[in-house]
Amino acid sequence: MTTLAQHRTIAATNTRSKRTRDPVRWLYCAAFLVVTVALMLPVIIIVLTAFKPASEVNAFPPSLFPHQWTFANFKAIFSALPFGRLIANSFGFAGGVTLFALMFDSLAAYALARLDFRGSRILLIVIIASLMIPFQATLIPIYKIVSDLGWVNTFAGLIAPRAADAFGIFFLRQFFLSLPRDLDNAARIDGASEWRIFRSIILPNAVPALMTLGIFTFVNNWNDLLWPLVFTTDQKMGTITSGLTLLTGPGGIIPQGIMMAGALIAILPLAIMFLLVQRRFIESVASTGLK
Amino acid sequence: MTTQQQLQRRRPYRPPGQLGGRTPLNGTFKRRATIVGFLAPALIVLAAFVGWPMISALQLSFTDASGFGTPRFVGFDNYVRIFTNPNIVRAMGNTALYAVLFTPLAIIVALVLALMLNSDRLPLRGFFRSSLFLPFIVSLAVAAFAWSYLLDPQIGLLNYWLQTAGIRIGNVLQDPVLAMPTVVLVAVWKSFGFYMVIFLAGLQDIPKSLYEAAQLDGANGWKRFIHVTFPMLSNTMTFVVIVALIAALQAFDQIYVLTGGGPYRSTETIVMQIYQSGFKDLDLGFASALSYVLLIVTLLLSLVQFLFFGRRGEDTAS
Repeated sequence: MTTLAQHRTIAATNTRSKRTRDPVRWLYCAAFLVVTVALMLPVIIIVLTAFKPASEVNAFPPSLFPHQWTFANFKAIFSALPFGRLIANSFGFAGGVTLFALMFDSLAAYALARLDFRGSRILLIVIIASLMIPFQATLIPIYKIVSDLGWVNTFAGLIAPRAADAFGIFFLRQFFLSLPRDLDNAARIDGASEWRIFRSIILPNAVPALMTLGIFTFVNNWNDLLWPLVFTTDQKMGTITSGLTLLTGPGGIIPQGIMMAGALIAILPLAIMFLLVQRRFIESVASTGLK
Repeated sequence: MTTQQQLQRRRPYRPPGQLGGRTPLNGTFKRRATIVGFLAPALIVLAAFVGWPMISALQLSFTDASGFGTPRFVGFDNYVRIFTNPNIVRAMGNTALYAVLFTPLAIIVALVLALMLNSDRLPLRGFFRSSLFLPFIVSLAVAAFAWSYLLDPQIGLLNYWLQTAGIRIGNVLQDPVLAMPTVVLVAVWKSFGFYMVIFLAGLQDIPKSLYEAAQLDGANGWKRFIHVTFPMLSNTMTFVVIVALIAALQAFDQIYVLTGGGPYRSTETIVMQIYQSGFKDLDLGFASALSYVLLIVTLLLSLVQFLFFGRRGEDTAS
């Protein structure tokens, strides 16, 4: 497809107005739209089913759009689960992990990028190597530590094991290295402390990288299922993601409409965040892939 | 930071690294204190929750720990049990099947969409790119609800549409043959956007001049894809293959929600078994041994990636 387009640009000197009227181009676009809508179907079904009354949700033949729009499902989900609490927990857990990880990762990354010290290379290699460890492999000992500390069903238990992560340190180190050294050396000549350089020169210049890492961490933790499932046994300490799975059970005890209302609420904060920063987010995802 | 006041004292400036060498600003106690101060928070967390658990899991895997009483050393018993337990062997087979289905499918979908998105012919590329990326931010657990509703044999919309078109798929999630492909499809749907974006970045790095040269040599669209796009994309491709394989080895969320490992254990994977034996049956020693098997397989895959990227580095150098 790429090549087709290139062919055109090389072979013919099409003006822009001529290109926009090109019927093949619009056909192509229409076909792509169909594919996109088809791929969005699960998201579309969540949104539309959330507003369907129970009678329509289970009706046969099923329909895509609700005939009658209702907010009943949203009311019901709040009585089926301590849903307000679960939302707060999700924000507390994902937000807490993000905050701590950004802080601790950037500190360590600064040391690795700017404070040359003996053993920094080996430390970096160890950190990169630990990236390969799947978290499921260490889950049981982590659970033992957390439970020995009495942290099961607490935010401390959910957050502390993820308060720093190897990927974040590596990612930020790479970014800090890309900042010109003159920036901080000037401050060093003026006698600024490393802490001051870090806080008032490096961090402000690293906002894009911090945002990228922050969003990535937040989304991953918000959506994580296994982690909250393991570290919380009390329903009141679960997250939206783990709380909703309690409703499914064999055969689905809770009506689907209510489930979808819950699902929609679970997606909404991420969707809003994504829409606000989509361009940066997608581009940074692309860049993380090609380190 | 406690080291802040200590560092207030003005230090003579030393130019950073002569000819790119290291800058040994070391020596003083204060200097060391600063370095420790910056590193300590992250390293303490990583040591406590990655390093120690690694050692601890290895230790546990040689015991019969159950969370109660004193664990006994049992040698390689747990590892022997893994490879003699038909359920676990089955779960390994399932995980391999999952990986074999998931990886090529996710890559083909992602690559085709990336190629289409990369075309100048497509208007509204930003809109399409964002829409296609959206499933990636939806949690796999939540996406699984939507899919189970779409696929419901009685009231599922997708099932109904397929029936109208004359295709009867029945209750796919309760079908021992179709359940696995279904959970794979859900995972592909969730993650293709991620791989697509990585491919797109790779495609945009291919110099346009290569296409122009191929054009002059009279290569048609397909030939240009095979001889220009594909070779130029090989690094990206390797990266995506390894990442997708590792993700496939860790499949859990959507299986937990959609099938719970059933029907007849046909969708039970290694991580499902770790969760089951570790947190439901409290067979901690056994679950740890299983974790180590997963860890070793993942490390081997990562090693392949590392070796490949290492080799590529040499190739570029020479």
